[in-house]
Amino acid sequence: MVDTTKDIAISLDNVSVNYGSKEVLKNTNLRIPYKTFTGVIGMNGAGKSTVFKVIMGLVPPTVGSVRVCGDDTKIAQKHGHVAYVRQSEAVDWDFPISVNEVVMMGRMGVQNIFKTPTKADKAAVEDALKQVRMEDFSDRQIGELSGGQKKRVFVARALAQGADILLLDEPFAGLDATSERSLIDLFIQLKEQGKTIILATHDLLSLPDTCDQVALVKGTVIAHGPTKEVFTKDLVSKTFDGLLHHIKFD
Amino acid sequence: MILDFILEPLQYAFMMKALMVATVVGVACAILSCFLILKGWSLLGDAISHAVLPGVVVAYMLGIPFGLGAFVFAMLCVILIGLIKNNSKIKEDAVMGIVFTTFFALGLMLISKIVSSVDLTHVLFGEVLGISDESALYTTAILAVVSAIILIFRRVFLVFCFDPIHAQTIGMPVTFIHYAFLVLLAITITGSIQTVGIILVIAMLITPGSTAFLLTKNISNMIMIAVLVSVFSSVVGAYSSYYFDVATGGTIVFVQGIIFLAVLSYQKLTSSGS
Repeated sequence: MVDTTKDIAISLDNVSVNYGSKEVLKNTNLRIPYKTFTGVIGMNGAGKSTVFKVIMGLVPPTVGSVRVCGDDTKIAQKHGHVAYVRQSEAVDWDFPISVNEVVMMGRMGVQNIFKTPTKADKAAVEDALKQVRMEDFSDRQIGELSGGQKKRVFVARALAQGADILLLDEPFAGLDATSERSLIDLFIQLKEQGKTIILATHDLLSLPDTCDQVALVKGTVIAHGPTKEVFTKDLVSKTFDGLLHHIKFD
Repeated sequence: MILDFILEPLQYAFMMKALMVATVVGVACAILSCFLILKGWSLLGDAISHAVLPGVVVAYMLGIPFGLGAFVFAMLCVILIGLIKNNSKIKEDAVMGIVFTTFFALGLMLISKIVSSVDLTHVLFGEVLGISDESALYTTAILAVVSAIILIFRRVFLVFCFDPIHAQTIGMPVTFIHYAFLVLLAITITGSIQTVGIILVIAMLITPGSTAFLLTKNISNMIMIAVLVSVFSSVVGAYSSYYFDVATGGTIVFVQGIIFLAVLSYQKLTSSGS
């Protein structure tokens, strides 16, 4: 009843995804309202990353429909509405590029593809770096940063892009507890500023205090909704094949 | 005396042409090499450079500009690699190996039936001192355009090399950029063949960028250093063939390799000393 279409940032309707003959997601339904902080949890290989990729149009759904801001993903991307921060192994850290230049890449939507950065672009980059508290590292080569700082830079790129919806795929992987905590604080702060945050995470301990929405993934989205209703012992056990204790204390 | 050494060869038109072409080849290859090694596409450059051989021979047979034949076969090679990769479980490096050697072998077969061995040497190893006015002008113009395109759109190519997935998620036409890059690569290779030949052109597309990559963490500096190293090598190559009658292409590539090794050794020595 509350979920009218215009309140929904991202919706998957009956989406299935196949990699070759292997079905990775089956009949998946998901509705993520604007200005919420959604934790996406599930075991490795359960399909969390695929949920993100299908939302970002990086893998096509075999069947079903994906809407971002009520539009086709491609249209939402052209407007810069949605940004994606991947697991960090994906880039070459020796690349001769500075923090500032990485964040500037967030400004390179189709509208500025042929232009050099304008004053507005430079201001947006500076502002994004300030928000993630990386303004003092602007001229550093990206490989010279710590794991947590690298993550912040890519979050800054998403902010510089002007995206209202941020998809964060396991940003805490490989980070120490302090770096993770300060990233969580940053995400909460961004959510309070009105961003829609979607976070794939293995950190179930901090989840109830961080996320107001939860999506449980196991080959499909087996449940999603407000944390209080979905993050229950029964449903979470179902998601993790009852191995919850083992995972919690790993 | 040094001035004489530099100026004397310049009174000859063939030497002026050779210097001009070698320089523009050096510039274009150097700029492209930065992006090629950052993208990790060195092997693809190698594949394309070998695959153009049959194109050169066919062009020779038909009496059309050999750059045109080379370009057609370069694109055929790229398309075939893509097709095989997407339709088999063979890994990309093996696919490239199969495709370019097959093309190269076809070129050798054609050449043995049609062209004299003198011409073969020129195609394989380059002969910039004997370049015609027409070829010199054509090569200079086309490589200047390629260099300009890459420099103008360097930010686009940079995103493409660094993070193509990001490029896609902000709505950039990644497939188009991918093929544009390949076309520029193919044009550069075909434009450089007359100077350094099919076998050595790949060195021009890897070594200057790699040397520059060792020396800087900034892409603009990297491009500048690569161009300086490459042009210096080209000039040394042209003068060497004038004074010592050694192969221009060979000298250019050899000098580039020595500079690379010198830079690497210097860095290793100074860093272990500190």
